[in-house]
Amino acid sequence: MDAEREVLDVLARNAREDIDDIAAQTGLDAAAVADAIDALEADNVVHGYQAVVDWDRVDEGKIRAVVEINVELDRETGYEEVADRIAKFPAVDALHLVSGDYDFAVEVLGETMQDVSRFISEQVAPMPEVTQTVTHYIMETYKDGGVRFEDGDDDDRLSVSP
Amino acid sequence: MRLSDRARDLPESGIREFFELAEARDDVISLGVGEPDFSAPWAARTAAIDSLERGKTSYTANRGMAALRERVAAHHERYDQSYDPAEEVLVTTGASEAVDLAFRALVDPGDTVAVHEPTYISYGPGIELAGGERLTVPTRAADDFALTREALEASGAADADLLVCCYPNNPTGATMSDEEYAEVAAFCRENDLRVVADEIYAALTYGVDHASIATQPGMRERTVVVNGFSKAYAMTGLRLGYALGPTEAIDAMNRIHQYTMLSAPTTPQYAACEALDRCDDEVAEMVDEYNRRRRLVVSRFNEMGLDTFEPGGAFYAFPDCGGDDEAFAEELLESQGVAVVPGSVFGAGGEGHLRVSYATSMRELKEATDRIATFVENR
Repeated sequence: MDAEREVLDVLARNAREDIDDIAAQTGLDAAAVADAIDALEADNVVHGYQAVVDWDRVDEGKIRAVVEINVELDRETGYEEVADRIAKFPAVDALHLVSGDYDFAVEVLGETMQDVSRFISEQVAPMPEVTQTVTHYIMETYKDGGVRFEDGDDDDRLSVSP
Repeated sequence: MRLSDRARDLPESGIREFFELAEARDDVISLGVGEPDFSAPWAARTAAIDSLERGKTSYTANRGMAALRERVAAHHERYDQSYDPAEEVLVTTGASEAVDLAFRALVDPGDTVAVHEPTYISYGPGIELAGGERLTVPTRAADDFALTREALEASGAADADLLVCCYPNNPTGATMSDEEYAEVAAFCRENDLRVVADEIYAALTYGVDHASIATQPGMRERTVVVNGFSKAYAMTGLRLGYALGPTEAIDAMNRIHQYTMLSAPTTPQYAACEALDRCDDEVAEMVDEYNRRRRLVVSRFNEMGLDTFEPGGAFYAFPDCGGDDEAFAEELLESQGVAVVPGSVFGAGGEGHLRVSYATSMRELKEATDRIATFVENR
């Protein structure tokens, strides 16, 4: 495995690992780790670093919805152009072009359900290319970013064993 | 009640004492655990559940389900080991049963069984229960705890009847290469030694390929290979292992097994089929994670001045604690709440070392090694 991939594997599990710990885990020296991170960022492989948040446990947390969007394209307007317009809204947390019954899957974050509905009905639905939207509010999140949301550790192994 | 002499003479394992010390506290970070911190792959667990829902709760064939034996044989092609699933594979209740059966099938009362040490703690008692006598072959830190021809000769193993080999090794993490096995194999052929090779950690190697003494010239016919699902697939509690060997050895082991165990438990056999069919990727992910932890742990111990060689397998590091390992481990537990296992528990050559298991989350490993560094500084 090359150095960038090894560093990426560590960061993808825990983006808060410091450079010395990444170096220890990968067997690279610290300078090589720093170079690999610079390269990953410069090549837009790593776009940023975020916490995996369980918003349900935050006072004044956030509402999240997955919105299906169907669009109609014409000669001047392709998916790129529509995506570009939708992505500009700060309420849009994630935007994917997907296969299947609809075109875009959009994750929308808002303070309240009204915020999200208003955003969809007032900003997204009126766009000329958008033919249909279906909004699914997320009721409960069990796993996100590869992390299972549950309480504490359930290590029931014997503390010392042969 | 009057007990048999055999049972009365069987000592408590040294690890038991340490377990009780650690259990007495509730703030302990344990680097003393000899099993994975992962759970078995979900696909394997669902296969077990599905088998129960379909009512698969009968005995299997004595030797284990044919479907499983075929998969086990196919799986071992990756180690250049070739065994006939019909006659040369026996599925057992954990690798532990396979080791016990091998001793009972291969050891006569008074036979001498050479065991390299430090090593896993069950071989000595198993040999004694089979009526054999254990001959200790100490391996050396200077050899990174590999077994050498010199060590075998120096300990008088030329007169032994059987050799027990456990690589990748618990507690040291040491591995053996084909080149290193070549001289051990030559020694076995010259002195007519048979071998029980416990290769339970074969899937957990880092940057080196697993090598087996059974693939050396002339060794297949004199070797019983033991392996299982506990370590590679994080299935310790499901108790499923197996033995691979020449027909006459597997037949003999199966004769004992059919009276003492009848068959290995059925549910885990379904889980194991699924594990072999579909879980290579998950094993690879576990190996990658162990490897990152291994490097971190080894570099941290070396930084704090406890010399630690680069272990090629299993999930243990074996730092040199520079003195009395039992006192070190007890004081470390007392003052910092970190449990490690004194190396001397694992026999000759282990003294002055600590078995550090990195089958623990990265976060706990960092906290534990920080505490050990503090302990070493203040000592």
